[in-house]
Amino acid sequence: MSDVCIVGIGIHRFGRTDGVTGLDMGVAAVRSALADAGVEWPDIQFAYGGSDASGNADTMVSRLGQTGLQFINVKNGCATGGSALFTAASSIQSGAYELGVAVGFDKHPRGAFDPKPAEWGLPDWYGDAGYMLTTQFFATKIRRYMELHGISQRTLGLVAEKAYANGALAEHAWRRAPVDLDTILASQMVSDPLTKFMFCSPAEGAVALILASERKAREMGAAPIRLKAATMRTRPPGSFEVFAPSLDVERGGTATALASRAAFEAAGVGPEDIDVAQLQDTETGAEIMHMAENGFCADGEQEQWLAEGRTRLDGKLPVNTDGGCLACGEPIGASGLRQVYENVIQLRGAGGARQVGGDPKTAYSHVYGAPGVSAVTILTR
Amino acid sequence: MATRPIAEGLFEGGPQPRLIGGRHRDSGKYVFPLPSGAEAADYDEAPLSPTGRLWSYTVQRFRPKSPPYAGPEAFEPYVVGYVELPGQVIVEGRLVGCALDDWRIGMALRTVILPFLTEEDGTTITIHGFEPAEDQA
Repeated sequence: MSDVCIVGIGIHRFGRTDGVTGLDMGVAAVRSALADAGVEWPDIQFAYGGSDASGNADTMVSRLGQTGLQFINVKNGCATGGSALFTAASSIQSGAYELGVAVGFDKHPRGAFDPKPAEWGLPDWYGDAGYMLTTQFFATKIRRYMELHGISQRTLGLVAEKAYANGALAEHAWRRAPVDLDTILASQMVSDPLTKFMFCSPAEGAVALILASERKAREMGAAPIRLKAATMRTRPPGSFEVFAPSLDVERGGTATALASRAAFEAAGVGPEDIDVAQLQDTETGAEIMHMAENGFCADGEQEQWLAEGRTRLDGKLPVNTDGGCLACGEPIGASGLRQVYENVIQLRGAGGARQVGGDPKTAYSHVYGAPGVSAVTILTR
Repeated sequence: MATRPIAEGLFEGGPQPRLIGGRHRDSGKYVFPLPSGAEAADYDEAPLSPTGRLWSYTVQRFRPKSPPYAGPEAFEPYVVGYVELPGQVIVEGRLVGCALDDWRIGMALRTVILPFLTEEDGTTITIHGFEPAEDQA
């Protein structure tokens, strides 16, 4: 099968931009990606796009041009961007189209997400009782992982320190100031063992990618980045997910492990071949656990990896080179595509002060979210 | 004073309270709470073990947003844990009877019914939780 190529990338900076809607940001990201690819909107044959909370992506045709193109809205929770990308890539692989867009955007209100029990199939008492908080899930999951695999709270802090250091070097990041380890560890405890600086926040932002068939990419004369795998999976039995009044005593796998395995198989590479990775870091414990769930290290090895700085920009496997969700915030619809955007930047060697060394050729991205979905991509050049 | 559970069908009282779970008719797997509505047809009511071990926990340090949180306005941090009821299911609940920093995974626990909120008419709303128990292992 011929490859699907990424021939253009565009981003609207993450964080808070007053007076600009989520859709405005989506339009800006598409325009920026078109310019990067050197094509015009009428050249685009199809689009997949979505947001979790900022409206229908296809309404942007009134701004970009009513060319009559096929535009399909995607709404798939935290995997919205990954699902748009997977489906766009499939449309090219099928031979139906040669040039299209995947776009994701969102603009969330300040503060934690505000879920309703009924929307999650839960009884009202569960919310009344004070269990309807994502922060509790993240904290209990990493607490048990730390106990089983010997991860220290200092290591959780090191993940955050790295994130803010990298975010300071990324133009599109929200939090642009480094934060030192002591400040992170001593900041307000939110949900033990996680402090304020160890959590990402809901935010705003948009990303668009222009995808082309191999033939089309060659015709455009670009040095394309190849999308070798784009997978999305849901949770297997016995996984631990947010808002769970009970868990099976027989513990099982994770959506992440399924999506990761499928992506490595599709791309014909293994974790040892990856030069740079963007891993879901809703909080610092998530990055730790996802290093292992994606196959980059064994459970417990993260303690040594972080102590040795192996995931820093100058490390053996740089992780979250733009500061990830911790520094960029998490606009749900855009977050997964931001990871792919950052990987394209790194593979192009365009990372500036945050460019990883070693002439990277293979890049990995991983999204995870409620209620147990994961999307993985592998890019090569 | 009158008392009323936060919801019907979650637990039964008495000297040693128990949670009421559901046992799936085909797989034999336990869940809590006992499902209601259309899903209930797949489950038999199953009283759960009153004792278990702490599987994981955290401290809720800030007052959750209302709605949905319906707890007292005056906020005290509370401990949320998952407790493994042997051979049955791991259940989420409040943890009481120990300092915030003294909880340890693996601790022996037993089910308790706790006051959650006092309503204006003096009615006490109760909720299930767990407290440290004698280790019988």
